[in-house]
Amino acid sequence: MPVVWLTWGVLLISVAVIVIIAGLLGAAIWRRPGMPVVAGEKMALLPDEGGLRWLWLGVGLSTAVLLISVIWTVKVLADIQSPASRPGVIIEVTGRQWWWQVRYLSADGRGFYTANEIHIPVGEIVRLKLLGGDVIHSFWVPQLAGKMDAIPGQINETWIEASRPGTYQGQCTEYCGAEHSKMLFQVVAQPRAEFRAWWKRQLSSPSVPASVAANGEKSFVENCGGCHSVRGTEAAGSLGPDLSHLMQRRTLASGILPNEPSMLAKWIADPQGLKPGNLMPAVKLSQTERAGITAYLLALN
Amino acid sequence: MASTDYERRPTVDTETPDLAERLKRLWETAPGLYGWLATVDHKEIGLRYIITAFVFLILGGIEALVFRLQLSWSNLHILTPEQYDQLFTVHGMTMIFLYAGPVLSGFSNYLWPMLLGARDMALPRLNALSYWIYLFAGIVLYSGFAVGFGPNVGWFNYVPLAARAYNDGPNIDVYALGMVLLGISTTVGSINFIVTFLRMRCPGMSINRVPILVWGTVTASAANIFAIPAVSLAFLLLWMDRNVGTHFFDATAGGSAMLWQHLFWMFGHPWVYAIVLPAMGMVSDGLPVFCRRPLVGYSVVALATVATMVLGFGVWVHHMFATGLPGVSLSFFSAASIIIALPSAVGVFAWLATIWTGRPVFTTAFLFFASFILLFTIGGVSGYMTGSVPVDWQLTDTYFVVAHLHYVLIGINVFPVVGAAYFWFPKFFGRLMDERLGRWNFWTMFAGFNIGFFPMHISGLLGMPRRIYTYGDGMGWNWVNLITTIGSFLFAVGVLLFVWNVVKSLRNGAAAGENPWDAPTLEWATSSPPPPYNFAVIPTVASRHPLWEDRLGRADPQRSVVGHGLVLAQGREALGTTPLDAEPNVILKMPADTLVPVCLALAMTVLTGGLILVNWLVATLGIVLIAIAIGAWLWPSATLGETAEVSRDG
Amino acid sequence: MAERLQQHLPVGAMDTRASGWWAMIFTVFTEASLFVYLLFSYYYLAVQPHASGTFPEGGPPPIGIASLNTAILLLSSVAVGWAQLGIEHNKKWRLVIGLGIGALLGSIFLAIQWFEWGDRPFGLSSTPYSSLYFVITGFHMAHVVVGVLILLALTWWSKLGYFNSRRFAHIHIGALYWHFVDAVWIAVFFTFYITPLLGLKA
Repeated sequence: MPVVWLTWGVLLISVAVIVIIAGLLGAAIWRRPGMPVVAGEKMALLPDEGGLRWLWLGVGLSTAVLLISVIWTVKVLADIQSPASRPGVIIEVTGRQWWWQVRYLSADGRGFYTANEIHIPVGEIVRLKLLGGDVIHSFWVPQLAGKMDAIPGQINETWIEASRPGTYQGQCTEYCGAEHSKMLFQVVAQPRAEFRAWWKRQLSSPSVPASVAANGEKSFVENCGGCHSVRGTEAAGSLGPDLSHLMQRRTLASGILPNEPSMLAKWIADPQGLKPGNLMPAVKLSQTERAGITAYLLALN
Repeated sequence: MASTDYERRPTVDTETPDLAERLKRLWETAPGLYGWLATVDHKEIGLRYIITAFVFLILGGIEALVFRLQLSWSNLHILTPEQYDQLFTVHGMTMIFLYAGPVLSGFSNYLWPMLLGARDMALPRLNALSYWIYLFAGIVLYSGFAVGFGPNVGWFNYVPLAARAYNDGPNIDVYALGMVLLGISTTVGSINFIVTFLRMRCPGMSINRVPILVWGTVTASAANIFAIPAVSLAFLLLWMDRNVGTHFFDATAGGSAMLWQHLFWMFGHPWVYAIVLPAMGMVSDGLPVFCRRPLVGYSVVALATVATMVLGFGVWVHHMFATGLPGVSLSFFSAASIIIALPSAVGVFAWLATIWTGRPVFTTAFLFFASFILLFTIGGVSGYMTGSVPVDWQLTDTYFVVAHLHYVLIGINVFPVVGAAYFWFPKFFGRLMDERLGRWNFWTMFAGFNIGFFPMHISGLLGMPRRIYTYGDGMGWNWVNLITTIGSFLFAVGVLLFVWNVVKSLRNGAAAGENPWDAPTLEWATSSPPPPYNFAVIPTVASRHPLWEDRLGRADPQRSVVGHGLVLAQGREALGTTPLDAEPNVILKMPADTLVPVCLALAMTVLTGGLILVNWLVATLGIVLIAIAIGAWLWPSATLGETAEVSRDG
Repeated sequence: MAERLQQHLPVGAMDTRASGWWAMIFTVFTEASLFVYLLFSYYYLAVQPHASGTFPEGGPPPIGIASLNTAILLLSSVAVGWAQLGIEHNKKWRLVIGLGIGALLGSIFLAIQWFEWGDRPFGLSSTPYSSLYFVITGFHMAHVVVGVLILLALTWWSKLGYFNSRRFAHIHIGALYWHFVDAVWIAVFFTFYITPLLGLKA
């Protein structure tokens, strides 16, 4: 990728400059024996001449290097500003305190919401529209692209493309409040067929076994539905992440916990302990309610 | 007593002990508490600035050490997120606003009149005012922090996070109004430096003969004049959004969050040059003394200083590269941010050439000045790297930038400042600092700094974002952070060694004469410490190196003259000269000690307090007190030669 | 060996050799910068998307009364300038009268603008435009208030006989501030009253 070459280029130039200047500094200091200090006495002076042509030489070389860097930078910037081909997928990502709301849009108007884990097809351009939901956040998945801020009042567009399948780590990189440190996300790149299958599944309502639903769905809607949503139920809150296919995700709580039953139970019991200051309160639940809700969530596949 | 003549032909004479005694009685500060509060002596004010700034440096350093502990390993719980957020914000605010600018103001304040051959700064009362406002603003800014309401959303204070909707306590109000108050201090200080530069240079000191420190400070001051209103306005608009219902920054009501960023960085970028250019000037003046030859390329260095500052106004968007601005905009600012390295390169090569063609004198000051060149280079190249937009999109908001900013701020401000302390301490106090302890000081600071901050380039390249209070076990950042924490503690030890050296040397440092380093500029022609009036008779200069002229073998027969010149002793008097060629054109009557500046500063603080507490009665009281103080200040005074002479007008 | 300098040097705060004069020049620069940033905020917000008729809110502000007010302010500068020329020729009464008229006209400007404020169909917290309107004209008004106080002080000091044709630095310094405040008004007036008519509106 042109950015990688440019980064290596400026890095190597930088290291070279440091080495050269350090070398010149050392040579300049040690080429003549130091003069002894006798405080208060007049010490010898050297004539006020020479040195200027080295200054011009150094400045001349620096100018050349800097001009080349400018031209190279502008070229790479122009190259990556717009992608090589039309995007295959368009995803809207909204930064929220402290999680990522993700919305997939399709040409026929059928879209769906998910959170914190973004799936993309391998080898295709994906356009991202970044929105600021509350304060300024910044979307960064280092292995795939540079950063782009999500700013309230405007829509910033960027694009990513994964050339290899895999899971790529991302993190919020604009200080956004108490839990800025724990606003992670993942980008999962899959072969097209798998991606299509994932998309289809996301569109549908989760199928929960009747017994689990009997115990847990009502409690869930009552206690959690004000903030969370699950397709096909009455839970339609939009303050917190959509949980429709929660068990498909690799992590919980915006990338900070592995998606395991014990972790899920811990999170529901004490969200403030795990992510102090986050906007999910510790809801008072009876033992049966808690067990029912947990079982219900564990069935949201 | 005779009233002031409209004009006279002043005497030209040689300095005598009688004259010295008479001037001493005219110029010395009154004793006791009154004198302490009322002094307008630039040397006393300069020292206060330096000491106060160092107190803030240490406070800011302690804040950093505490949160470095929290970050030394993954998933630590030494600090809560809220505590961490206040600590890193107050650390930034303290270092950038309460240490870095004021310490340079302090050195400049003390040295400028002597470097320029003058009796005092052009506006001594304004000088006192700028210090008192700085002190009171610092106290205001810390008062919130002291009771747990410190600013907590970063020193850059982005909206909407700083808006009422997301930050309801008084934290941001204290920050905003305290900063507006502090901005007044910096502004009036800057005005003072510019006027002094244009009007107080001694005869013969044309502008191509002033020391580079003077170039650095006057350039920074000119920049401040144009830049500070941007941030003061931003803070005022934010305060209004938060308290009286305006909608400047509220995107949900049609305002703009980006407007904050533009206003803030239009100030913020020039500011970071303002806090390093005077320090670079100190190196440009001090290093040649320890290379036993004048600076190579004086004229280009002076021009490069100005060029850096001018270009510095055209790069602010590089703090906003990831905000979604159009490509054409990004290209322009990226190019400017890379090109600005050029005048810096001029400085680096000038210093290198000076050492190369000179002969080093290995004092502690030399060690700090020489090492600064290396640290400047490292800080400079990391800036050059982030100046390239596509590269910046990976590096911005990571620890790579934290590494960059500390190399430029500690490397280009702190190291020269400590070197300057070793250099000018004998002049301020008449004693030498301990050179052996100085070496320990230097090497501890140098090693600690590099061990602490160099690894941050690596943690940044490994993807560690800024401003996080913790990080997960599997990120791979643990060891790098641990090393950084250890290095920062070692650096702190180095700073403590410096403070100890100062205290120890004040008590029993070896006596220093007038010119212990055999240096060339005018301040070294006064006693150590200097008399309150600086020069008994006004010097005349004929070159950049008045005290080296004879030994440098100048072809020009003109020589600087120090002990013989204009006698201005009918009261506190100073010489005003023309802006370009420094020809005498007025005898200025200078103010004596007065309590008005401290009272005015207090009145401004009362107004600030009233606004913070949203108490309109207190605020109105503040305004009334301000009006009274200004009236008292500006009341035309016969002693200062501001009024018609009664005896001559009938 | 003592001798005397060949030339006579003025003593004290002599016209534009006074340190205060130079300080006022740079104060003007910094205050001018403040207004540059205020007007930058106006223009920056003006080019953001707004619902029709909300920027300026209620349509372009009425230019008639503002133009009259502009003329009044410019006239006050003329009066102050007349006073300055007067004292240069030692005409002390002209100084007092000119300054007094300047202060009076400045006060009339303030009164008219206060009336204009009351006449606006929006409040401070209505929209970003309304915030800009009151804050920017408000900052200017505050500068005019300070200017009027300065002119009143100068008038009083003139009446007390402090100044003559040799010593009147205070007059020049205060007058410079007043002329600056008038010049800023031109920029503010142009921004609020003229640019909407040139097409800068939602």
